[in-house]
Amino acid sequence: MRRREVGISLYLLMTPLVLWLTLLIILPHVAMFVVSLRERVGVGTYAFGLSNYLTFFQEPLYWNTFLRTAIMSVLATVLTFLIGFPVAWYIAKIARGRLGQALFLACLIPFWVSELVRTYGWMILLRESGVFSSLLQFLGLADGPVELLYNDAAIMVGLVYTSMLFMVVPLVTTLESLDDSLVEAAYDMGASSWAVLREIILPHAKPGIVSGAIVVFMLSLGNYLTPILLGGKSSLWFTGLIYDQFITRFNWEQGSAFGFLLLALSSAIVWAGLRLSGQSLRDTMART
Amino acid sequence: MTPAGALPLRPGHMSERLVSREEVPVSNVSVPDLECREVTRIFGEFRAVDGVSFTVEPGSFFSILGPSGCGKTTLLRMIAGFLEPTSGKIAIKGRDMTGVPPNRRPVSMVFQHLALFPMMDVGRNVGFGLRQQGVPRAEIDRRVADALARVGLPGIERRRIEELSGGQRQRVAIARAMVLEPDLLLLDEPLGALDLKLREHMKVELKKLQEGFGTTFVYITHDQSEAMVMSDKVAVMNNGRFEQVGRPQDLYYRPATAFVAGFVGDANRFVGKVVTTDGKGIVARTDDGLEVRAVAAADALAPGTRVEIFVRPEAVRMARAAAGSDATAAEANHAIGTVQDVLFNGANSRVLVRLEQAGQRGGREMDVAIPQTGEYADLSRGERLSLAWAAEAARAYPARADGPSEEAGA
Amino acid sequence: MTRISRRLFACLAASLMAGALPSLASADTLRLLTWGGYAPEDVVADFEKETGITVEVTLSNNEEMIAKLRATGGGGFDLAQPSQDRITGAQAEFGIYKPLDLSRIDASLFIPSMLEATKKNTTLNGEVYGVPHVWGTSGLVVNKAKAPDVKDYLDLCDPKYKGRVSYRLKRPTLIAFAFAMGEDPFAAYGDPDAYQAILDKVEQKLIECKPNVKTYWSGGDEILNLLRSGEVWAAMAWDTGGWKLNAENPDITFVAPKSGALGWIDTFALPKRGRNDDAAYKWINFVMRPEIAARITAAAGNFTASKGGDANVDPALKARFNESFPPEAIDNIRWYPPVPAGLEAMEGAVLDRVKAAE
Repeated sequence: MRRREVGISLYLLMTPLVLWLTLLIILPHVAMFVVSLRERVGVGTYAFGLSNYLTFFQEPLYWNTFLRTAIMSVLATVLTFLIGFPVAWYIAKIARGRLGQALFLACLIPFWVSELVRTYGWMILLRESGVFSSLLQFLGLADGPVELLYNDAAIMVGLVYTSMLFMVVPLVTTLESLDDSLVEAAYDMGASSWAVLREIILPHAKPGIVSGAIVVFMLSLGNYLTPILLGGKSSLWFTGLIYDQFITRFNWEQGSAFGFLLLALSSAIVWAGLRLSGQSLRDTMART
Repeated sequence: MTPAGALPLRPGHMSERLVSREEVPVSNVSVPDLECREVTRIFGEFRAVDGVSFTVEPGSFFSILGPSGCGKTTLLRMIAGFLEPTSGKIAIKGRDMTGVPPNRRPVSMVFQHLALFPMMDVGRNVGFGLRQQGVPRAEIDRRVADALARVGLPGIERRRIEELSGGQRQRVAIARAMVLEPDLLLLDEPLGALDLKLREHMKVELKKLQEGFGTTFVYITHDQSEAMVMSDKVAVMNNGRFEQVGRPQDLYYRPATAFVAGFVGDANRFVGKVVTTDGKGIVARTDDGLEVRAVAAADALAPGTRVEIFVRPEAVRMARAAAGSDATAAEANHAIGTVQDVLFNGANSRVLVRLEQAGQRGGREMDVAIPQTGEYADLSRGERLSLAWAAEAARAYPARADGPSEEAGA
Repeated sequence: MTRISRRLFACLAASLMAGALPSLASADTLRLLTWGGYAPEDVVADFEKETGITVEVTLSNNEEMIAKLRATGGGGFDLAQPSQDRITGAQAEFGIYKPLDLSRIDASLFIPSMLEATKKNTTLNGEVYGVPHVWGTSGLVVNKAKAPDVKDYLDLCDPKYKGRVSYRLKRPTLIAFAFAMGEDPFAAYGDPDAYQAILDKVEQKLIECKPNVKTYWSGGDEILNLLRSGEVWAAMAWDTGGWKLNAENPDITFVAPKSGALGWIDTFALPKRGRNDDAAYKWINFVMRPEIAARITAAAGNFTASKGGDANVDPALKARFNESFPPEAIDNIRWYPPVPAGLEAMEGAVLDRVKAAE
């Protein structure tokens, strides 16, 4: 009797999770995978095959776009880290009380508006007739209007801006757990600031860095609006290709294959990153 | 990376240095390892350290003892270089440390929670400072092994910090600091985190290590027993000032101030007013009506002065009042009381006696050491005792304006 | 997970939900999948007052309309408004629409020629799938003060206008440039090889033209902002955008290109699994009334297929239309014929290569 009761309540508890996993994660992936293995033979007729995957490897355009997307995402991750680390350090170790909270909040501000509005905000700032251009002219640093939009640097700005919070939060968490006396001890033993950073702070913050980097990398890789709107006329982004396949080409088969490749390749990159940094995913998730 | 040349005060190898200790040129002997002159540190309105001056002789174990918040940590952090004094000077081996950052000072510090680096094994922890100096790897390995051997933990270089026991960590922390051969080793209550037994053990251990290394230790603690057991000299600190600096015996037997008398060792404390005086000796009446004969600890005390009088528990002799003849009659002070509680603790056993003086019942309690003769093994609650103590054992100080109330004494 | 696959999950989940919970949308609701401006709030309010039917409006564009309906197997909406050339191909491939019951549509409300042409273009296997609603063109929007001699699409590639030109990387651009280069892509629709040959030429031209392009615009607001701020002098865009800017700045207006503006007609079509056809037909007959059609023209900026619908239109809009479209330019409009299924894949590859070219 008792066991049965436990069983029922367990099932009840598990139901939402199982439903969520099955309906929203497993099922769509399976469906997408099946679709990706379909080849369009003619109007309304399909055959099974791997040609959609082969297309990716045979057509340099797709392959290069993926590489470009991955490299830009890695770069965005590195930049986010370089900018986010001092911010996180300041929040975790220097700013006390309200100032720290205010800074934290500042990292949250970008998320008060939708991604589209956020991106339009950057367009207003960076465009030729925009705020920065006017400012540069006002300061006499430029003779005429300067176009700061529609290039890879603008994409980078947008990606870093969007990602900052996801880097700062895990960093603050790990840095807050760093005992100040470790830093002082290292300093006391003759370490330079750089040595303290390299030998004490960074190793301690590694789980936070890794988990922040994974999130930022995946967010950048999967970003769609920022690269499309801020990027230049030659700027391709892999998610843009997927969108085009699904929406403008009606080629769900190719789009699904691209989606799966993105999933697989990005997982491979994350895995490689974890191996390089000597972290396991479990450690990273547990410590932040 | 700090170039080795920037640390001119770290000569040679540790063992060589120990050998050559006795041959230090005579001219250097007079230079104290640490000298503080009128060191003051102000945080906002608060004078955390207030005009502290002292010197620490080479090779000595110097403790700064004080309650939490007395400014001892601030003082230590100024010596280590983490804080700059608001005014005053700190010199190490005669060299002015003003503006010298911690990583350039010939000082090592053992932190309260040791601050061993969990991301490194024991060997890398101990070798950390040497690596910063750019010492060749082979030499680092040799010196690390040597330092670990000296603290009694040879060959544990590859162990991880979390695998060590509390005592082992303690010794690794000391090895890590000592491998740099500092002129001065600062210790910030490093025993605080240990359990009692280990703490007792490490007190002795630390003292031995200090003697072995021959390095000057500056040790801060709020635990008087740590300070007394290990130190050559102890400074008692209160409210940002040094109340007294001296050998542990001086502090115990000849406390210079009421604070020291109350803080170092246990004491029965009486607060009252001087009634009569004959130079050193005084008669005082306490606020609860007890008449106490005492001696002025420092300056003469005029009649009418408010005083605090301290009597050590072991200075009080006791006899069973029922025994008829008063064995304590010869002493200057005596009193009758009832046993309130027996606090048995082996050699440190005490009895709390509630005095019945001046017709008052339920008067104040006195803390009296039980003689270790076994005569009082059956002492029990409710027994009447007669107590006595010499006038010389009762030291009187001018009452502090902000002194604790009567009941909080001892 | 990627944004796109998330979107896909949402679609799949939505379709599951839609299948599981058929009773959610009540009988007196019309779920309308349409373009911005085609269902102004006041028109919707009047319709609701007159019929008691609630209208839920979802804004979209041709491609997303097809993708949405494809994802749900033609469900989720009761009435859609795809362009007439995008119906038969999508229907043949995905079967997302159901045939119209023409007897329930008041044909007298429509301009007959336009109704007939649309019916013809949206007929598949003898069934009619669409009737016309709003029509318009795409061509050139030009800032005459800065780029006075842009008269045709190829003029966008004049080195004088380096970095001051914008167009979309979408199929209309390919078609437009093909016409400007003297080809007839519509005639080649049925012949993939011939069409590919045209596309190759266009690809070449677009790559050559790339230095002139400031950015490939993707949203209507984006191109209007670029033209308004003077950052872009000439662009390929919709006529309404040009007229809207003309109202703000007389220098900027829509120019019908020499090789012909591209004419589109947005239609009414019934999604295959729509549940409220009655409401859909009521809506069609309601918005095609001349006075309602005029209000939609005012909102969308484009004229409708409603007979007499232009009578009540703002004279200023009419004047702009007449200025942009002298009679011979109207005759020169290239109306999109139905796009055969599969053409988009060929065009897509070209567009990708143009985008990637340095």
